[in-house]
Amino acid sequence: MPKITYIDHAGKERTIEVPVGLTVMEGAVKNNVPGIDADCGGACACATCHVYVDERFMDKVGKAEGMETSMLDFAEDVAPNSRLSCQIRVTPELDGLVVRTPKSQH
Amino acid sequence: MKRPRLIIVGAGQAAAQLIASLRADGFEGPVTLVGEEAYPPYQRPPLSKAFLKGEIGLDRVILKADSFYEEAGVELRLGRRAVAIDRDRRMLRLDSGERLGFDRLVLATGSRVRRLSCPGHDLSNIFYLRGIDDVEAIRPHLVAGARLAVIGAGYIGLEVAAVARGLGLEVTVLEAAPRVMMRVTAPQMSSFFEAVHREAGVRIACGTMVEAIEGAGRAEAVRLADGRRVEADVIIVGIGIVPAGVALAEAAGLACDNGIAVDALTRTSDPRILAIGDCTSHPSLLYGHRVRLESVQNAIGQAKTAAAHLLGRDQPYDEVPWFWSDQYALKLQIAGLNAGYDRVVLRGDPATRAFAAFYLSGGVLIAVDAVNRPPDYMLGRKAIGERARPDPERLADPDIPLKDILS
Repeated sequence: MPKITYIDHAGKERTIEVPVGLTVMEGAVKNNVPGIDADCGGACACATCHVYVDERFMDKVGKAEGMETSMLDFAEDVAPNSRLSCQIRVTPELDGLVVRTPKSQH
Repeated sequence: MKRPRLIIVGAGQAAAQLIASLRADGFEGPVTLVGEEAYPPYQRPPLSKAFLKGEIGLDRVILKADSFYEEAGVELRLGRRAVAIDRDRRMLRLDSGERLGFDRLVLATGSRVRRLSCPGHDLSNIFYLRGIDDVEAIRPHLVAGARLAVIGAGYIGLEVAAVARGLGLEVTVLEAAPRVMMRVTAPQMSSFFEAVHREAGVRIACGTMVEAIEGAGRAEAVRLADGRRVEADVIIVGIGIVPAGVALAEAAGLACDNGIAVDALTRTSDPRILAIGDCTSHPSLLYGHRVRLESVQNAIGQAKTAAAHLLGRDQPYDEVPWFWSDQYALKLQIAGLNAGYDRVVLRGDPATRAFAAFYLSGGVLIAVDAVNRPPDYMLGRKAIGERARPDPERLADPDIPLKDILS
């Protein structure tokens, strides 16, 4: 199962095994990783699951597109490696992925 | 009382959030979660969308990993119903006869579907959609070519219609009100959604009451008050929900008013007992009257408010309500409540399938419905909370950036 590491704004790391097919957001919410609220449950409707994708994984994860881009505009402190974690589907290639959660979601 | 014993009645999204917030912020008392269904807390919105369609499975609908409750030290009592609250003895009685003691009690009993009462309402093949088990029962009937009659053109009815069309069923939607989604949206938005559904091949009959369901044992047709008869292989009813747990609360002497009445801190008339989510009505600071909301946003918001209160960090609940609905490739996002609006301003052209309706009351922005326009929704939501008074003429001009109009 791919391992994903979530690092909060204070630097605390949590590594979770997330089944292929779930989203990076679901991996966090199911395991009570703080910093990812995802109030809308992954409908791309609330912009409360904003993460920064580790630069080494940007190619594999890809950039935000369409609806996600519009919603990201409303997240705080958006950077070029910002994504909404409800729109990142976990694949075997993402094993070892590191994402950081912004301060505003704590 | 260092480690108060907490019982939560109702294992829905509000309960899951309450547990997460309490444990994250240091609540140390023992927690018991009582739920009628066999499942731990799960998300209901996908039940009429991706889950009904079969796009996602149970694993993605269930909110938390099983280990979450274990690690949070929560005792799960699933498949159990609370039948009585003894406030003097601080005991909760379950349908098993068991009595559980509590120091604090949170009612998160959600809502249940409103049912048909017309002749034939008890025939087989008539379904309601509220829980996972309902969807499991409906799925085998959603086969290409089957004739589906949907009673009720609210969110649930229309979402079901969209999914069923996608699966190749022949779909007829029946609605007593003169237009679809009348309770929640403006005529312009109703016409738009009606047109979208018709284009997708859904037949819609509004302004017509269901008089009876006909059939021998099994539902075969819906008879309408205007004499029409709509034949169906399966019927799905979505005519609204009512707060659950009200009888339990009333029997315990708790004040109820269109749901279990709570204050801005989620306290019932007995401050030791809180209530959160769909089952409650609360004083809306934004709208200045008591409201009952049927939404995930409210479940989560009141859960966080209740958790803060239980930890002694009172923070009155004051959020702009929001909702969403997915139909076909359309994402409808709604912020605020439009009740009492005196003006609707459309922004964007419905023909492009990306537009928004802004609702004003006495010049104040009170609600926004946005179709495939997330920025309008997000900016609108913020502006509603700020009691903004946007210039309607400028609002209607999509060439002026919304940021400039609403700030």
